[in-house]
Amino acid sequence: MPLITYREAIKQALAEEIEHDENVCIMGEEVAQYNGAYKVTEGLWEKYGDKRVIDTPISEAAFSGLAIGASCLGIRPVVEMMFMSFSYVAIDQLFNNASFCRYMSGGLMNVPIVVRGPANGGTNVGATHSHTPENMVANHPGLKVVCPSNAYDVKGLMKTAIRDNDPVFVMENTLLYGEKWEVPEEEYLIELGVANILREGSDLTIVAHGRCAMIALKAAETLQAQHGINVELVDLRSIRPLDEETILNSVKKTGRALLVEENKPFCGVDAQISHLIQLKAFDYLDAPVHRVSAIDAPQIYAKPLEDWQIPNEERIIEGALKCLA
Amino acid sequence: MPAAKKKSTTKGSPAENFLQAPINANLSSEEKRDLYRTILGIRRFEERSLQAYNQGKIGGFLHLYIGQEAVAAGVVSLMEENDHIITAYRDHGHALAVGMSMNECMAEMYGKHTGCSKGKGGSMHFFAPEKNYWGGHGIVAGQTPLGAGLAFALKYKGLKGCCVCFLGDGAVNQGSFMETLNLVSLWGIPVVFVIENNGYSMGTSLARSSAEENLAHRADGFDIEWDVCEGHDVFEVREYANRAMTRAREEMKPFLLEIRTYRYRGHSVADANHEKYRTKEEIEEYKKNKDPINVLKAQLLADGSLTEEDAGKINLEVKSEAEAAAKFAEQSPVAPRSEIQTDVYWEVDNDTSNSLKGTYFFND
Repeated sequence: MPLITYREAIKQALAEEIEHDENVCIMGEEVAQYNGAYKVTEGLWEKYGDKRVIDTPISEAAFSGLAIGASCLGIRPVVEMMFMSFSYVAIDQLFNNASFCRYMSGGLMNVPIVVRGPANGGTNVGATHSHTPENMVANHPGLKVVCPSNAYDVKGLMKTAIRDNDPVFVMENTLLYGEKWEVPEEEYLIELGVANILREGSDLTIVAHGRCAMIALKAAETLQAQHGINVELVDLRSIRPLDEETILNSVKKTGRALLVEENKPFCGVDAQISHLIQLKAFDYLDAPVHRVSAIDAPQIYAKPLEDWQIPNEERIIEGALKCLA
Repeated sequence: MPAAKKKSTTKGSPAENFLQAPINANLSSEEKRDLYRTILGIRRFEERSLQAYNQGKIGGFLHLYIGQEAVAAGVVSLMEENDHIITAYRDHGHALAVGMSMNECMAEMYGKHTGCSKGKGGSMHFFAPEKNYWGGHGIVAGQTPLGAGLAFALKYKGLKGCCVCFLGDGAVNQGSFMETLNLVSLWGIPVVFVIENNGYSMGTSLARSSAEENLAHRADGFDIEWDVCEGHDVFEVREYANRAMTRAREEMKPFLLEIRTYRYRGHSVADANHEKYRTKEEIEEYKKNKDPINVLKAQLLADGSLTEEDAGKINLEVKSEAEAAAKFAEQSPVAPRSEIQTDVYWEVDNDTSNSLKGTYFFND
């Protein structure tokens, strides 16, 4: 099986969907002639031309809203946010119009758009470029959001998102773009709402999403090797819809849960999951549910401090040991 | 406070008799009476809705279009197969003009299951996609990029048509609108922005909200063609809108049309100050000289396409239609509670084989 980067996997997904459906088009800042700020769309404009791969001015509100309007008539725009942080200047379009048009029209409309781009910190760029708004998206019924942790997942989820008839946010991660995973050559899709058990174990369940799942995987190996703790790792993949069943089955098996995410803790995704576990697996718990989130402050610029602010292996191990204490 | 600036005149001849303009000259008497019926219908519908609002039967806001009816009626009468429209929250007139029924519109305001949005949208959020009407949007200028998107889709698909996106004079100062003007000009998108300039963004007059009071001039900054006309004469609206829409369709270019109009009522019915930020005389003056119903009626009586008897009959018909709509709304049921969680996700609503995975809704 070919080993390809997360970036290449996204590009393959976009190219395949452009070829699969004539109504799929890519738009965003620098996606075409510049080849993508992070080279995710490299070569697509050259291959598919102006109609399918469209450079926009720096006007997130205008092109997000334009994508929504176009989707009303059957176009399936994939909108790139150079950083998901920039979606904040398009909040009315994305969080009012994309999310609620279907509802407010009593089901007469639907908005089949994809909003994709990196949503992560850890890149030494300060607070304005480091948002992880999957919790904010998930707080808006009508929107869907996925956080793929690896190349295989991002390709399968991206293709599903583009074919989905509702607005889907795909949260990528600049720190994953250059990482490689095995990705099959034949076409595949990954359903929304299905978590992935990255590692089976019996002592502790770690629930994570996005890049945190990959960090947790390393932490799990260390916990096994150094502490004899056998971790089961649930990678959520999809936040809304959420695979509650896989989370609960794992927690019922291990009796302990550590929730790891890059989000800030207050109303983070894991706040919801923690509630879920206490409500539906209360009698199975042998310890309180613990969380490792970003340290609760605006994203700091200084690199050594930011590396500590967002979850890392050391902090995850510390959290796991609390669950087992 | 800067002195009020001189308003620009239209680019067309101000002395034109718009009834004789080519787009109007060929209208049959029946078509002219239909315009009268549409305009009068909007007025009677809204008067009836106001009564219901004052009785506490309609909740939320009620942004009345009274005084502006000729704008929506005139523009919509020009729509062709591939033309679409979208507007803001003062949306009843556009809805009725595209042919939505008084029943479904009134029931929506009553929050009933029989409403056009099943009672999920309310007064500001009427939609009829099958009639190429895409709302009904509650946030000022929020609909403007959507209007651009509808027109973008026409171009993408190679269809000859345009989207008319209505906005108020208050919307011109929103960033999303200015961003959109740039985008549509840059990309050659067949959208016609119609600014329904009624002089007030809520309680703030144009002079107090816009540095350049000639709103259409903003198009110059984006290399977009513009024009200005009056909104009380439906034939004038049709003449100017036709030029803009034809150009958009034929040349794949955007257009900014400022239509000067007036609303008799407040920003919404809850706007108790609307006789404080403007004078009663100003309102009465417009009603007396420029009421779109009176103006149209006089024109049609003069050219013989309408008699006093016709006018009286149409009035009774639309009035009773509005009355019946109120009764229909009154008697209709509220949607069952289970409807709160439908129409959220297309995929959930259409999951007939129950194959979707994961949890979509998160209440205990």
